[in-house]
Amino acid sequence: MKVMAAVKRVVDYNVKVRVRADGSGVDLANVKMAMNPFCEIAVEEAVRLKEQGIASEVVVVSVGSPGAQEQLRTALALGADRAILVETDDALGSLAVAKLLKAVVDKEQPQLVILGKQAIDSDNNQTGQMLAALSGYAQGTFASYVEIREDKVTVAREIDGGAQTVSLKLPAIVTTDLRLNEPRYASLPNIMKAKKKPLEVLTPGALGICTDSTNKTVNVEAPAARSPGIKVKSVAELVEKLKNEAKVI
Amino acid sequence: MTILVIAEHDNKALAAATLNTVAAAAKIGGDIHVLVAGQGAGAVAEAAAKIAGVSKVLNADNAAYAHQLPENVAPLVAELGKGYSHILAAATSNGKNILPRVAAALDVDQISEIISVESADTFKRPIYAGNAIATVQSNAAVKVITVRSTGFDPVAAEGGSAAVEAVAAAHDAGISSFVGEELAKSDRPELTAAKIVVSGGRGMQNGDNFKHLYALADKLGAAVGASRAAVDAGFVPNDMQVGQTGKIVAPQLYIAVGISGAIQHLAGMKDSKVIVAINKDEEAPIFQVADYGLVADLFEAIPELEQLV
Repeated sequence: MKVMAAVKRVVDYNVKVRVRADGSGVDLANVKMAMNPFCEIAVEEAVRLKEQGIASEVVVVSVGSPGAQEQLRTALALGADRAILVETDDALGSLAVAKLLKAVVDKEQPQLVILGKQAIDSDNNQTGQMLAALSGYAQGTFASYVEIREDKVTVAREIDGGAQTVSLKLPAIVTTDLRLNEPRYASLPNIMKAKKKPLEVLTPGALGICTDSTNKTVNVEAPAARSPGIKVKSVAELVEKLKNEAKVI
Repeated sequence: MTILVIAEHDNKALAAATLNTVAAAAKIGGDIHVLVAGQGAGAVAEAAAKIAGVSKVLNADNAAYAHQLPENVAPLVAELGKGYSHILAAATSNGKNILPRVAAALDVDQISEIISVESADTFKRPIYAGNAIATVQSNAAVKVITVRSTGFDPVAAEGGSAAVEAVAAAHDAGISSFVGEELAKSDRPELTAAKIVVSGGRGMQNGDNFKHLYALADKLGAAVGASRAAVDAGFVPNDMQVGQTGKIVAPQLYIAVGISGAIQHLAGMKDSKVIVAINKDEEAPIFQVADYGLVADLFEAIPELEQLV
């Protein structure tokens, strides 16, 4: 069966972002970009399914700027067979991305689509669920374990009180949680080979998808700064401060 | 304007996060209805009817909703939600699972994890692991929103007297089924609702050493949390994780023990009223957000702290 993994190009998770003074957004000029960490886990899971002989082909797809080709090449170096970029310079909302992914899913007909549970830039946690709704497929969100048997996928999910297991009819959508797997690193020979793998570029217009959003970001500001704290010298002093100054215990 | 709030529950009891979500709805203004989708959840519907400010409770009782599978519940919410100005759910694992599916069914963009209501169509939410706050305006006919509990003080659980109305609509997509669940058992307060949280990180060295934190927590009446490093190392189960990808907490007092203070961890706790950091590395980033920092070996400091409080 065919497995698809979706990846997003985001600011590297170690970068402390700066908010632009005019409130128009965060400053991403000359900032290190990388594959969203949850998407790395999605690609890894897809590649493992191929290594187990369950997936016959792994297709990676991204929606974003031409720069996202870099992240698609990374996914190809990790073991994906081919890549599709839906190229747009607009900052799209989750619903628009889900609609574009749905168009690609209709075209490619994968049995399983794996996405990250959320992107670390927008922190939305929506796209996988929306793609599932638009395709009418079942969803296994926040997955920490995935097993495919015949026409079903069993997904262990991380929920607030512990873990939940659901069984979904294929085709289905899975979104990854951090503990699903440990993503591998791309080796140099594989990075070289990835340059020769096919990468198809599509546009929202060619797919016939309207990418308008019902949401508009009107301002982006820095969070309120905490007032600087103090260092105490002993546990006794700490307890005294907590009791008498902060009055929290 | 009428607002539909999706109740968070386990078929037996109404979860506290529902009260914070109703508080957000009250800030928007208008009539507030609560939907209880489940099986045999009559007690939950009765509890929802008592919430201050709620004018109607919709009780959808059906075997298909027993485990609140999104494939079945989302079409129900989308169908009922068409007549509402806003649909709100708590940003819990359940709310996050179901609501985007509702939004897509209604062909609108969702606003996730709002922390404040500016007006009926404008909301604030954190992005980039809480390092920026976005003000988002929605022109959707039905505004679909998840609410970060720590952003809103809960409304009173008693005082209301709403009518409970049964909803007959049954949606069973038949594409997913519940297999089982394993819930961690704990006598301590729930992490997201606790007034005091004591968290351990990689510095705890092993799971056994968490007993020191449990002892301290029990003395303080606190919940125990953990950093991702402690969870990944297998010290504690993952539902204890505080951070961008775990739980978001904002207690009166947060005590971070052996936690360096990575961006992703801070995202989950930096709205705490008072932050205490105990770490032997005085350069650890956690000290930049801590109100009180103690540079010490946690294996000496924690037992001493337990004695003194």
